[in-house]
Amino acid sequence: MATEIVVPALGESVTTATVARWIKQQGETVAADEPLVELETDKVTVEVNAPSTGVLSSIGVPEGSEVEVGAVLGLVDGAGAPAALTQAPEPRPAANPPAGVNPPPRPLGPVSRPAAAEPAHAPLHAPQHAPLPAAAKMITDNKVSARDIGTGTGKDGRITKGDVLAFLSRPTPAPAPVPAAKAPRQDEPREQRVKMTRLRRTIALRLKEAQNNAAMLTTFNEVDMTAVMALRTQYRDAFEKKHHGVRLGFMSVFVRACCVALKEFPAVNAEIDGDDVVYKNFVHMGIAVGGPSGLVVPVVRDADQLGFAGIEAAIADFGKRARDGALKLEELTGGTFSITNGGIYGSLMSTPILNPPQSAILGMHKIQERPMVIAGKIEIRPMMYLAVSYDHRIVDGKEAVSFLVRVKEGVEDPRRLLLDL
Amino acid sequence: MSDSFDVIIIGSGPAGYVCAIRAAQLGLKTACVESRATLGGTCLNIGCIPSKALLQSSEEFEKTKHALKDHGVLIDGVKLDLARMQARKQAVVTANTKGVEFLFRKNKVTWLKGTGRITGPGSVDVDGTTYATKNIVIATGSDSVPLPGVTVDEKRIVTSTGALELDKVPAHLVVVGGGIIGLELGSVWRRLGAEVTVVEFLDRIVPGVDTEIASAFQRILRKQGVKFHLGTKVTSATPDDAGVSLTMEPVKGGAADTMRADIVLVSIGRRPYTDGLGLEAAGVVLDDRKRVKTDAHYATNVPGIYAIGDVIAGPMLAHKGEDEGVAVAEILAGQAGHVNYDAIPNVVYTWPEVASVGKTEEELKAGNIAYTVGKFPFTANGRARAMGDTEGFVKILADKSTDRLLGAHVLGPDAGTLIAELTTAIEFGASAEDVARICHAHPTLSEAVKEAALAAEGRALHI
Repeated sequence: MATEIVVPALGESVTTATVARWIKQQGETVAADEPLVELETDKVTVEVNAPSTGVLSSIGVPEGSEVEVGAVLGLVDGAGAPAALTQAPEPRPAANPPAGVNPPPRPLGPVSRPAAAEPAHAPLHAPQHAPLPAAAKMITDNKVSARDIGTGTGKDGRITKGDVLAFLSRPTPAPAPVPAAKAPRQDEPREQRVKMTRLRRTIALRLKEAQNNAAMLTTFNEVDMTAVMALRTQYRDAFEKKHHGVRLGFMSVFVRACCVALKEFPAVNAEIDGDDVVYKNFVHMGIAVGGPSGLVVPVVRDADQLGFAGIEAAIADFGKRARDGALKLEELTGGTFSITNGGIYGSLMSTPILNPPQSAILGMHKIQERPMVIAGKIEIRPMMYLAVSYDHRIVDGKEAVSFLVRVKEGVEDPRRLLLDL
Repeated sequence: MSDSFDVIIIGSGPAGYVCAIRAAQLGLKTACVESRATLGGTCLNIGCIPSKALLQSSEEFEKTKHALKDHGVLIDGVKLDLARMQARKQAVVTANTKGVEFLFRKNKVTWLKGTGRITGPGSVDVDGTTYATKNIVIATGSDSVPLPGVTVDEKRIVTSTGALELDKVPAHLVVVGGGIIGLELGSVWRRLGAEVTVVEFLDRIVPGVDTEIASAFQRILRKQGVKFHLGTKVTSATPDDAGVSLTMEPVKGGAADTMRADIVLVSIGRRPYTDGLGLEAAGVVLDDRKRVKTDAHYATNVPGIYAIGDVIAGPMLAHKGEDEGVAVAEILAGQAGHVNYDAIPNVVYTWPEVASVGKTEEELKAGNIAYTVGKFPFTANGRARAMGDTEGFVKILADKSTDRLLGAHVLGPDAGTLIAELTTAIEFGASAEDVARICHAHPTLSEAVKEAALAAEGRALHI
């Protein structure tokens, strides 16, 4: 009996994925729960495991194709005999096959399965049904492809004449902003062309979206790290011992300082939804972390309820798993505010871009010893520039500046955090 | 303790009995309550089926008497045996109602004979016996709307029920209400020799039908001999020894008038039938027009109680109820049941027939939707000429920009059959050109459909 390998639920608002790599090849023996195939989504890479022990009898979707949640990727045949690979959809037999005969395999490929609740739409690149007659003629007349048109508006996603007309009358993709990029340019001998990964494309899209939507601007301040560094030197070993190897870093201090400041200036922790402002009575703190294929922002849930050790442990865990590409989708969504630290790469000053729908982001930077005037005398102090980019639509300048001052005060005198000042 | 069921359906009309069969097919333990001595509800007993039997018989009579001589078939002394015609009608009805009984037995649907009353969620009383059930489906249908000032006795002043049972052709039949039922039954008795006058409150007949079609239809009926008083309301009807005296007045105001009739048919519409069903006690909410209020999945406000057919919103059509019956049975079985209300055909079974699906031209205008019209008359269709049935035309309405079919209207021979193709096309989201590009057999009436689709693009071939 063959078991279907199905694209699993991929988390909120994620409906499609790209087949990145088949880990197992057709005909290979697989154990139940052994990884078979890697799917790349907008956010993370997901491994799909073998539903049962047997032989990977057929691979229905080649690497690089896009699939929908619920689509069948291939079959694992428990009996051990490789089933025939069928890619063209075939009608399923209505009657039960006679006893002793293997049922024919389900049609494979990036097709969606009939959902119980409502009819699922066929994925973008694989129309399930033949276009309607007039549409078919128009497709041929105009030398376009049904695949490019995608899912139609006719019954069960059939492509209608109207769909073809709409497709043909589409403005040719944005000539104005990037006229040069449109023409397929010839690569020079010493150039190398690489397809953007989904993660990179998503990053590009989201960042541009943030710039297009928000009235974004940045305010700066600087923080004297003397007290935090002294605190760390003094308690590093005790902290590590008490909290089973969790190291005391600067991040937890900044997270705590932000949580206190966010409570005081709730607009900084809010988001715009249509004509409404949604205030959050909790802090889900996004922490930007570099991964192998790009930046990801895992979220420390209810950061305002966590102690220093809890925050440090969570961030260390995220960092490790980001490097391994092992973050789960639900860990990357739902943040209410973010912190990004360009300082680890040496940045002295930057203007971070918002992480929509959030309304503000704190930028940390490199700690640099600089001469400061303290009580009329020049002293050498470890200094860090701080930046807060915010959405001026809901955060006023006064709030943003005061928020940043409050963060600065908390970091410069961590005793304030103890007292919730 | 009485039996308990997965679902009890109250009413065995097309909505109820189809729901029962589908529910049983899906493995639910199903019962259907019916108080009438036979199954099938209004449609099979006193509606669609007997009226179609009489429409067919009267059509044969009229053809034999008048139309066959054009074909060179001469028959002298054609006579009407109304008693036999009525007996045949009854035989047709019985065959159909027995057919539903057979289907119930075949599918193991329990027929609970008696009057159903909901005594609470999950509990139905049938003539004193209480049955427990997980779900209740109300499918009690509709009955005719009474006319103020007019008392129906089903002898001289009749509803459709009495009009199907007349034992004598009336000399003058006055039909109050120019809707589908009135025009169909008016046609029956006109063909059998009655003088027929239709009195309609509105200034048009068949409300809801595309206006161009409706006025062409009215011209044909007038040519057949039906008289019309539009924009006229009947204020009283008084039976006496010799017949019925009617008084009527123009809706716009003006002098009242009187008219004599042998029989008056009151057919001004139908209303949901929920008497004695215990809806109030069960807490089931009705809408402003006394229809049982349901959500998109036929659920009433009371969990476990559903409603379908004439008793809820939407056109009062047997096939609409049937499709809802299937949908609700599938929903109860955990599937996704759905009815596409944009693709429900509507047929008037006069001759010629009137059939439509989708939007009328008036609806498109009101909705500010740009459209194209394609029309083709049956006079230009070879088969219609051969049949001697050249009255009427096919009218197709398509979206101006996408060519998607938005509405289709047929006035002509066998329009009710021709509309099926266009209903399929609308269901599939087809364009007018799609219909035009599908091969249609020659010589058939369906070529008129294809030509109308071609005409929507201004390229009809045969006109």
